[in-house]
Amino acid sequence: MPRVTFLDPRGRPATIDAAAGVSLMLAAVRAQVPGVLGECGGSLACATCHVYVDPAFAAGLPPVSPAEDEMLDATASERRATSRLSCQIVLTDALDGLVVTVPDAQI
Amino acid sequence: MTQSLAPQADVVILGAGQAGLQAALSLREEGFAGTIQMIGDEAVLPYQRPPLSKGFLLGAVTEDALVLRPQAMLDKTDIRLAAGVAATRIERAARRVHLADGRSCGYEHLVIATGSRVRSWTGQGGELAGVATLRTLADARALGALLEAAGDVVVIGAGFIGLEFAAVAAKRGKQVHVVEAADRVMARAVTPAISAFFRERHEIAGVQFRFGAAVEGIVGPAGRVTGVALAGGETLPADLVLVGIGGIANAEIAAEAGLAVDNGIVVDALLQTADPAVSAIGDCCNHPNPFAGGRMRLESVQNAIDQGRVVAARIAGKPQPYHAVPWFWSDQGDLKLQMAGLTTGFDAQVAIGDRDAARFSLIAFRAGQLIGVESVNRPGDNMLARRILALPAPPTYGEAEAAGFDLKALAAGVKVQA
Repeated sequence: MPRVTFLDPRGRPATIDAAAGVSLMLAAVRAQVPGVLGECGGSLACATCHVYVDPAFAAGLPPVSPAEDEMLDATASERRATSRLSCQIVLTDALDGLVVTVPDAQI
Repeated sequence: MTQSLAPQADVVILGAGQAGLQAALSLREEGFAGTIQMIGDEAVLPYQRPPLSKGFLLGAVTEDALVLRPQAMLDKTDIRLAAGVAATRIERAARRVHLADGRSCGYEHLVIATGSRVRSWTGQGGELAGVATLRTLADARALGALLEAAGDVVVIGAGFIGLEFAAVAAKRGKQVHVVEAADRVMARAVTPAISAFFRERHEIAGVQFRFGAAVEGIVGPAGRVTGVALAGGETLPADLVLVGIGGIANAEIAAEAGLAVDNGIVVDALLQTADPAVSAIGDCCNHPNPFAGGRMRLESVQNAIDQGRVVAARIAGKPQPYHAVPWFWSDQGDLKLQMAGLTTGFDAQVAIGDRDAARFSLIAFRAGQLIGVESVNRPGDNMLARRILALPAPPTYGEAEAAGFDLKALAAGVKVQA
């Protein structure tokens, strides 16, 4: 059961216990982490689940697909090198302890 | 999931779909501290419907992944849900909703979010085994079982649901015919150029179309469908028929309560009915939409979510008119179709991207104003288009042309002198 810490834009943490196998977006939405909306439910249609992933976990993430890359170029908050759409990250036990920051705005 | 029902609530939400749930969640986000009672007629937790016609039927999305909020989170945010019981009557004078099981619940404010249902086949053969529709999780479970056993599939109606299902069925190796009364696919929702592209791609995937077709009847000699008979004599073989001929607002309960209904429950820009204690949101409501230049009813996730937010803000004391940019998506095979804005009545269209590579967008204009963008496998364009359409003054054709139809520049509000 991976634990994930979400930092709000001011750096205040909220830690949740997520189930392995679900996406980071779904885990956040179901735990009602503020600022992660996931309006399209993970269909790669809205980019309202944008997060900044702590660089320490970069190596354990799935690669960015061309569609995700294109959407990250058009997010409501600035794109950074650590930007990901959380619907594209399926949680695994290897990602236990993951730390991500929620951006200022999703829409 | 519970059947928890308060005898009296500050806000009662009729319907536990995407709109109703969003209204409840947004009320809490707005700091609303009163009691919230949701009432839904499906005996499940609120769930998302879009994957039902795509990933769910392909086995890529599980039932569990459809659930929007677990019961524990509803409990934590103090949102009561009576699931699996239908509301039968709204008693407006007493501000009370009556349920099919004899219970009732009083309200200070009522939000009707009863959604829509599929238009059913009223012609011959609708009762035959193997004839299906798709709207609910229960429908999708049944359809999945039918699809497993089917060899010949006929889809009646080339709308989003019909085409999404046709793509799934073709991918699973079925013989698929799509029968459509109009002369092109998705005729009510997309421009002809998009229709033409999707027709080509579905045909390449093995789907066969019959346009301008009138169905005489769904036929089957022994209580089970064997074919779809068309006017003109052709009978298409079928052991599974999906009827996807549009949706109807679940507005009867409002009409019976004396509220105005005209293709949906009539509401104003604040999503309020003529009764200040009753609002209506989502698929079931007919609202003034600035992007339509008039009234309309929208069946979409975007509309459900954004109207849920607007009604919650008003109940929490922050009234604002509904003016969200309409957007939609439809995944058909490996094609992601996305639309921003409404292209009805467009008179000019500009293509960007690469049609042959199935990565392009069409920018639509009406009377010199940018009104909508349709995208195929260009999700970034859709996001930029939504931002452009939300600008106080979306670009004119001249301004868009001067910017080289570069959506990124237009979204940034950069205007080049033409």
